[in-house]
Amino acid sequence: MLNPLFWLQAISLAFSQIWANKSRAFLTALGIIVGVASTTAVIAALTGLKSKVLSEFESVGASKFFVFPDRPDNAPRNMYPWEKILLKPAEVVAIREECTLVKAVTPITEVGLDVESGDKRIEGITVAGIWPDWHQVQNRFVVEGRPFSQIDIDSERQVCLINEDAIRELDLPANPVGEPVLIGGRRFMIAGIVETVQARFFGMNTSSAEIFIPFSVAEKLQERNFFMRIEGMFASPAEAEQGQDEVRFVLRRMRGIQPGEPETFQVAAIDKFIEQFKTLAAGITAIAGGIVAISLLVGGIGIMNIMLVSVSERTREIGLRKAVGATPLAILLQFLLEAVTLCLVGGFVGVAIGRLAAFGLTKIPGAQLEQADVPLWAVALSFIFCAVTGVVFGMFPAVKAARLDPIEALRHE
Amino acid sequence: MAEPAAAAAGAPLIEVRALAKIYRVGVETIHALRGLDLTIGRNEMVAIMGSSGSGKSTLMNMLGCLDRPTSGAYFLNGRDVSRMGARELALVRNEEIGFVFQSFELLPRQTALENVELPLVYATGAWRGRRARALAALERVGLQDRVHHRPNQLSGGQRQRVAIARAILNKPAILLADEPTGNLDSATTAEILSLFRALHQEGQTIVIVTHEDEVAAHCQRVVRLRDGRVLSDLPIAQDVAGRFLAQHAAGGASC
Repeated sequence: MLNPLFWLQAISLAFSQIWANKSRAFLTALGIIVGVASTTAVIAALTGLKSKVLSEFESVGASKFFVFPDRPDNAPRNMYPWEKILLKPAEVVAIREECTLVKAVTPITEVGLDVESGDKRIEGITVAGIWPDWHQVQNRFVVEGRPFSQIDIDSERQVCLINEDAIRELDLPANPVGEPVLIGGRRFMIAGIVETVQARFFGMNTSSAEIFIPFSVAEKLQERNFFMRIEGMFASPAEAEQGQDEVRFVLRRMRGIQPGEPETFQVAAIDKFIEQFKTLAAGITAIAGGIVAISLLVGGIGIMNIMLVSVSERTREIGLRKAVGATPLAILLQFLLEAVTLCLVGGFVGVAIGRLAAFGLTKIPGAQLEQADVPLWAVALSFIFCAVTGVVFGMFPAVKAARLDPIEALRHE
Repeated sequence: MAEPAAAAAGAPLIEVRALAKIYRVGVETIHALRGLDLTIGRNEMVAIMGSSGSGKSTLMNMLGCLDRPTSGAYFLNGRDVSRMGARELALVRNEEIGFVFQSFELLPRQTALENVELPLVYATGAWRGRRARALAALERVGLQDRVHHRPNQLSGGQRQRVAIARAILNKPAILLADEPTGNLDSATTAEILSLFRALHQEGQTIVIVTHEDEVAAHCQRVVRLRDGRVLSDLPIAQDVAGRFLAQHAAGGASC
């Protein structure tokens, strides 16, 4: 019933109203602009972070698994003393011997030791005790010299692997294979150089120097009840679930856990961490959504206010439009369209600013946000939110305009 | 000249029966119209006069379908419009009524052409060819060279011509003018009234609400109201306003 000409003029009128009251429109839409801009920027940062972290996880490998000691939830502390739930070297051996789906497995124990070479000395460096399988599990191999062999482990040889950073920090020759270093006051021979991987996202090490020694040697350097974790990998990602069950079965049996009793360890595959991270990211996105909802609410009240002003300013115009045949519906739609247009223009400016902010984020060195970008769904959602805000908060003024009595309106000063 | 109340071919254009309008303002009840009867035929040019409070504004609002009566009936073009809803009345106004107001009521930011096109925005049917129609209407009122001017670039008389062009755009059944010359000087008033007469000669039915006898003298028939009823309904020659007839004749009808 409303002809195309109506829509054409309603839209052009909506824009010309904004244009005619530029500064007023800007101030009115400011709430929406700020809300949309900040939310799109947050979502952009989050998206960047997410793809970064996920690719990090990917590089770690989907077939990887971890075993940690874990006290059952809600269990009394004295029922599960720490020394009882710590992983034991015998348990790693059992996993290696009995789990058919486990392709490679290594215990890892870390101990802080002072390392010396000549007159260079680094204090409290993290020295990790590992098995030869570690290379395969971590996907990091030896670039110079040789990896550990089973003999190194079995006969507790005092050999070590180091990385490039450690060579630099200890002022060792470019090819230090065969050189001696003092680790915790003991003399070790450098057997090989482990390849350097890209700066790790979760690498919290203050020093990026790394030193590895045979697990059996590290065991001796540790106290009686030391902390160790197990890292391993399954033959393929498809077997990850079955493989985890296998590992849990072996560990339950080793620990004598009866059916129905809680486990005192945790077996986790990488997908679990991805899942956790995704949940976290979704949570932050939801909070960002909440922020945008609040800012749109505040912005919407501004819109409603200005539309009420507009209706009362243009009362005579409304009267005239009604006199020449505008139905209440036509007036309602006209004002609703104006409110929606105002909100959408605000949303557009907000998204533009948000994009700009996202671009700015990618340029911050070391912020790990090179991949920050406003996803299309966020843009679409912003516009939908803005349009809904326009409809919701424009409704009251529009109904007011539609209900105006044409006679009263034409008499209005 | 046609006789008062003489119906043109067929049913009268406007037929008002026992029209009453009661306003309640707080506890007070105001009887604006008290059972008014009025018939206006096709192609009549009628002046409605009366002092303030006589009910002439209320009657104009009724005739213009801007308001509904408390009781009574109003047949416009054979249709009972007194019981229509707001939406239907809007459509009737769009198609059957052309308003001309004392203060022109043009949209200030729109050009003359856009102002004239306004009724087509709300038309249900033929909105195509709007530009040509609007241009034709502007040409009819002699403003073909002011098409893209905005109201503030036009004189008072020109503004009222734009308003008249807007009113006749949809070829309405009635051209309803409410004190159309109230804001104009005497020279411009004469121009506008000549324009009305020319439109009347082309077949347009015109109702002018005024309190000036000089303006009423341009019509064929004068309806005077008092206290919400028709006081007198006479051909112009028999009305008091008729004394200005000779003057107009001397001035000549130019358009």
